[in-house]
Amino acid sequence: MEKRVTFGKWTIGILFAVPQLILIFTFFYWPAGQAVYWSLTLQQPWGGGNIWVGLDNFRSILANADYWNSITASLIFAGISTGLAMFIALVLAALTDRQLAGSWLYRVVLIWPYGIAAPALAMAFRFILAPEAGFMAFANHFWPGFWDPGLNGADAMASVIIAFSWKYVGYNFIFFLAAFQAIPRSLIEAAAMDGSGVIRRFWDIQFPLITPTIFFLLVINITESFQDSFGIVDIMTAGGPANATNLMVYKIYSDGFKGLDYSGAAAQSIILMLLIIALTIVQFRFIERRVHYR
Amino acid sequence: MASITIRGVKKNYAKTQVVHGVDLDFASGEFVVILGPSGCGKSTLLRMIAGLEEISDGTIAIDGAVVNKLEPRERGCAMVFQNYALYPHMSVAQNIGYSLKVAGVPAAERTQRIRAVARVLELEHLLDRKPMALSGGQRQRVAMGRAMIREPKVFLFDEPLSNLDAKLRVQMRSEIRKLHRRLSATSVFVTHDQVEAMTLADRLVVMNGGRVEQVGTPADVYSRPASRFVATFVGAPAMNMLEGEVVLDGLSLLGGSRKLNVSRTGLAVGSKVAVGIRPEAVRMVAPGTPGALAATVDLIEELGAGRVIYVDLDGASFSAVTSETVHPEPGSTVGLQFAESDLHFFSSETGARLDVFKASVPAPAPATL
Repeated sequence: MEKRVTFGKWTIGILFAVPQLILIFTFFYWPAGQAVYWSLTLQQPWGGGNIWVGLDNFRSILANADYWNSITASLIFAGISTGLAMFIALVLAALTDRQLAGSWLYRVVLIWPYGIAAPALAMAFRFILAPEAGFMAFANHFWPGFWDPGLNGADAMASVIIAFSWKYVGYNFIFFLAAFQAIPRSLIEAAAMDGSGVIRRFWDIQFPLITPTIFFLLVINITESFQDSFGIVDIMTAGGPANATNLMVYKIYSDGFKGLDYSGAAAQSIILMLLIIALTIVQFRFIERRVHYR
Repeated sequence: MASITIRGVKKNYAKTQVVHGVDLDFASGEFVVILGPSGCGKSTLLRMIAGLEEISDGTIAIDGAVVNKLEPRERGCAMVFQNYALYPHMSVAQNIGYSLKVAGVPAAERTQRIRAVARVLELEHLLDRKPMALSGGQRQRVAMGRAMIREPKVFLFDEPLSNLDAKLRVQMRSEIRKLHRRLSATSVFVTHDQVEAMTLADRLVVMNGGRVEQVGTPADVYSRPASRFVATFVGAPAMNMLEGEVVLDGLSLLGGSRKLNVSRTGLAVGSKVAVGIRPEAVRMVAPGTPGALAATVDLIEELGAGRVIYVDLDGASFSAVTSETVHPEPGSTVGLQFAESDLHFFSSETGARLDVFKASVPAPAPATL
């Protein structure tokens, strides 16, 4: 039997829930509702109320090549950075789980990047990946023009992907390590007795058993790569060069707050929300089937 | 089938030594049980044979070949783990057949061998189930099947029955015994349960504190324990142990409050000894019977077939198992009697067995107290 807390009066239960409900309403449902309202109206240039325009905002956005470019850039960014952050974290966690030399160090050090604010880490990476000084300047010395995120869109995209992945490697690592450590030692030993080598054991035993964690991180990473990329893009590339890194979340900001097109930005944020919801549903429908829950 | 030779094996974890130089020989096809309290190093020893634990010093040889540096898979051992260690994401058939899959056995042959093993263990109707959907006993059998299918030279059991309830444990015990008779592979079984050890073993190894205390058949170990530790660890209820000193005409017990007249023990007068007597060897007689030792009844445990009577002997606790129709009341006085040949002597200092009454009398006279 599950233990349940029971209240004499149902009002006490409601009272306990109220603070959380207020928070969710104030910071999620209200703004989201506002965004929906704005996306369906047009703001007057000098104030004085909104004009109902139906789906016109959406039509004009979806007819805009710049917007489609932004969607493509976002999908590329989400795909590569999620893959990179998860793969590196998985390898590091697997090595740490095997108690290799120095593993205690990773354990402590690897969570830190996640605690760094996106703009601060973006600033650091702007220096690290600067084409005129430091490591990449060295590469440029041998292959002139090899690296220039200021002019080359692909280089700029690579920069933001590296910075974002670096932040999420630490986050993913902690989850992966916890998942590996939750696998009973005797399972690995039983597999060893069954004749399975290190690599085989990883694929046959450990990997299937951490699939719930992999799935969870996949959903989180993809969602976050659509949302948490703003600070990094803003500091490192400001969407440039030539809109190459103008991710959806950044375009919402620049159209809304720099271009002062509130209605268009609101419509974009609704589309972004729908896209994330759709991606998450797809993941639950098609990937979760392959997850082994214990 | 394979013999196992263990020579001077030690195990250190950082600074603590848990196994202090063990020498053992297991014959081919033998069922050996390693018995000891928790933390005595018995599991560590087993895991060193399996290759799951590095050997700090000494050698382990299987069939004459030293295996110290070999990976577990190269040693030809199969192991049954205490918590079964079944792969939760695989079906019963996949669990049993995993080692064959790793070895690259073709699917058709694999299926056939899985079926054969499942038939022996009566698991045929469960092959498609996941371990989660099995009962404890079924999981245990799957774990056995996983070990059996490889037709290993050596079976290793790491307390495999300790997670089962009492009834199932008895049943699995006899199944393991039958299985061993059928496969006759060398088996090493680790347990802290002495009933399990006594019933399963061809030969019993009693360990304590990282050392081997005694090796012998279960009957041997019971009737001639090699040390004070073995004497009190094997047998339930535990052997009674009374501290004493050898005096001219017998033994002075419990700091001189009791005296025991025994034949010449051959021990030097003044040497300190511990005298052991099994509760089963104690006879309850009417108080005041000549030569019987008077004691006060403390507590009575009813076993059905008999009863355990705990008595107080000048502050020392002493127990007797009796099936006789004596019904002493707690607090009453009873007489205790036992034969001289049932006494075990151990050195108070080292705990080692002292061989006394070498030329034992055929019909021993009752020891008088």
